[in-house]
Amino acid sequence: MAQLVDMPKLSDTMKEGVLRKWTKQEGDSIEPGDVIAEVETDKATMDFEAFDSGVLLKRLVADGATVPVGAPIAIFGEAGEDTSALEAEAQGRKGGAAAKPAGNGASKAPPASAQAPTAAPAPAAPAVQPKPAPAATAPRASEAAPAPKAAPTQGRVLASPLARRLADELGVDIRAVSGTGPGGRVVERDVRAAAAAPAPAAAPAPAAAPAPSGPADANLPNPLVPERRTAPRPEAAVAPSEDTVIPLTLMRKTIARRLLESKTQIPHFYLTADVDMDAAMGFRQQVSEVHGAKLSVNDLILKAVALGLKRNPECNASWTDEGIVRYARIDISMAVAIDEGLLTPVLRNVDKKTLGQIAEEARALATKARDRKLRPEEMTGGTFSVSNLGMMGIRDFSAIINPPESAILAVGTVRKEPVVKDDKIVIGQRMALTLSCDHRVIDGALGAKLLQTIVGILERPMTLAF
Amino acid sequence: MRTVQFREAVREAMSEEMERDESIFLMGEEVGFYNGAYKVSQGMLEKFGERRVIDSPITECGFAGLGIGAAMVGLRPIIEFMTWNFSMVAYDQLINHAAKTFQMSGGQINVPIVFRGPNGPANQLGAQHSQATESLFTHVPGLKVIAPGTPKDAKGLLKSAIRDNNPICFMESEVMYGDTGEIPDGEYTIPIGVGDIKREGSDCTIIAWSKMVKVALQTAEALAAEGIEAEVLDPRTLRPLDEDLIVQSVKKTGRCVIIEEAWPFNGVGSEIAYRIQSRCFDDLDHPVERLNSLDVPAPYHRQIEMSIRPNAEKAAKLVKKVLYLE
Repeated sequence: MAQLVDMPKLSDTMKEGVLRKWTKQEGDSIEPGDVIAEVETDKATMDFEAFDSGVLLKRLVADGATVPVGAPIAIFGEAGEDTSALEAEAQGRKGGAAAKPAGNGASKAPPASAQAPTAAPAPAAPAVQPKPAPAATAPRASEAAPAPKAAPTQGRVLASPLARRLADELGVDIRAVSGTGPGGRVVERDVRAAAAAPAPAAAPAPAAAPAPSGPADANLPNPLVPERRTAPRPEAAVAPSEDTVIPLTLMRKTIARRLLESKTQIPHFYLTADVDMDAAMGFRQQVSEVHGAKLSVNDLILKAVALGLKRNPECNASWTDEGIVRYARIDISMAVAIDEGLLTPVLRNVDKKTLGQIAEEARALATKARDRKLRPEEMTGGTFSVSNLGMMGIRDFSAIINPPESAILAVGTVRKEPVVKDDKIVIGQRMALTLSCDHRVIDGALGAKLLQTIVGILERPMTLAF
Repeated sequence: MRTVQFREAVREAMSEEMERDESIFLMGEEVGFYNGAYKVSQGMLEKFGERRVIDSPITECGFAGLGIGAAMVGLRPIIEFMTWNFSMVAYDQLINHAAKTFQMSGGQINVPIVFRGPNGPANQLGAQHSQATESLFTHVPGLKVIAPGTPKDAKGLLKSAIRDNNPICFMESEVMYGDTGEIPDGEYTIPIGVGDIKREGSDCTIIAWSKMVKVALQTAEALAAEGIEAEVLDPRTLRPLDEDLIVQSVKKTGRCVIIEEAWPFNGVGSEIAYRIQSRCFDDLDHPVERLNSLDVPAPYHRQIEMSIRPNAEKAAKLVKKVLYLE
């Protein structure tokens, strides 16, 4: 029995996906787990795996097409089956933003069926569905919430009427919510929890992030990734001879939307302090010598922030309409610039990890981010963000809060400058830290206390060894 | 405010109305000389005399029919059934005559009559005398059914019932007659068809009437100790039903448990549940749950009898179920 295959929802915030590339041809036999296409979401390009065995009878959209979640993209079935009825159905339920080729209309036109007139968003999908990338919408493993009995991401969603209505009101995608009711039914508390939980983090984007954007700078280094000290190469960006419009990628749209929300809806205030980095730089040197481990300044800061949050748990919190959620875990989002934009992989339980573990994990996450291999759960659920532009020579800057977190620490460069010590002017190392706080959660004195704690730890770096 | 027993509240309502209107009379088994089987009409024979407080033989079909006839010709009878269980032999009178005459006479003949008495099981009365009969009467168009849960509601509603021009089934409970409660000083009435929130809450609506109001309040108290705030809604009148109040409450809480002493099948609770799903579908987080007596004739043995009845413990379990806590 032939079935329509729909655009899967591969992340919480995904509303549409770009079918980057089909990896199977029409007529190919498919086994469960086979990758049939690459799908670009707002966060990453992911493999789209088949869930059932069968034959890819018909591809309904062309490479590069942008397709709303839930809209049909292919027909699956047994060899030789008539697909005309399903093609007609697919036309009928094409999503609101009908599939269109990405890239300024330049790429090849999709097949006729993909240009069908717009209709209501696709209803629930049929039972036979490709499996979304593993755990794409599963809740964070670190969360102590009751284990979901089912996590329907496609097909019929079991949800109480109240949960459905509330999901609409709160803008929660009910298909991405794990139900804790009988049979996995999504109930009110699940929707409220989903609405209150940290939404998938995308881009705290420091306002000062260098963004020489454009198609030409594909080779630009990733300036926010610690340890990549490659100097920026502005010359790599060739000025176009005339004005051009660069099509918005999903990631760019997501960054824009979330940051606009953050800067307009969160009452930011900023606190800046200088850290005397002499001891920290010496400590880092010692550790590197003894362990041979590469320890970045950023690693020290991540640990210092985690310990600072542990001592100031009021700052490790989120504003929700229900109340301020104070987190039991300290998961730090780490802003990583990549060619296309910015990602925020999350380091879990940083306060409980050694500097060595932090260095290793931070590096691994940054690499994955650059390769766009981060899974959604590796980018969601941070409780605090760190954005570091020190390696770009930035002295200090104010970062935009990454909602629903309540604060972000902007880290400037470690600079040598004349300082007064024992009434003498000597060469000292200084680093500016700017904490952006959500005033609804963190008041001035509280933010100052957190910053003071972090500064104190960095100035007495032996603390970091514990 | 005065504190009175439920039986005193019923008596006050009847006496005050009989003083006000000479066309009202009380008839039933042992209502006069014996002061009522449950002492509801104590002193009324002395006060109003034999013409207005009339002892009848054990003939429910007869005295119910006589009352209906009297109502048709302009009197306002109050017919006491010693218990609603005995109304079964007068069922034809209530259903076919009291309920239908207004319509069948083209609106020419009113039947302003109140049938009242204890409803529901008491203690160890055996299967034939231990049943909650409200659904038998709410089923019938033309009858109004009232089931108050407090002395205050009983007095206010009975006065409204006596003044109403339609046949009314007024259901008390013999285990409630000794319950006490505050009632307002002076004259007051409570309109028929208006429910009452007996306790405010935000997490779940518990609907209960008559004797079960007490169970609902106990349930809510026990749940409050666990941080669950249940709202207790007493419709007071089962037909007409204060549907708007129910809808308003369920929309607020998103969950509903109905406690009903009667059997589950075709009960008043089923009707309420239907109306809730019909009007509150998008507000429900869990299907409406009902707690009834078990679907069996009442056992005589005390322990077994108690085990088939609704109680606060069972109700609390259901509330937790609709909150997905159990």
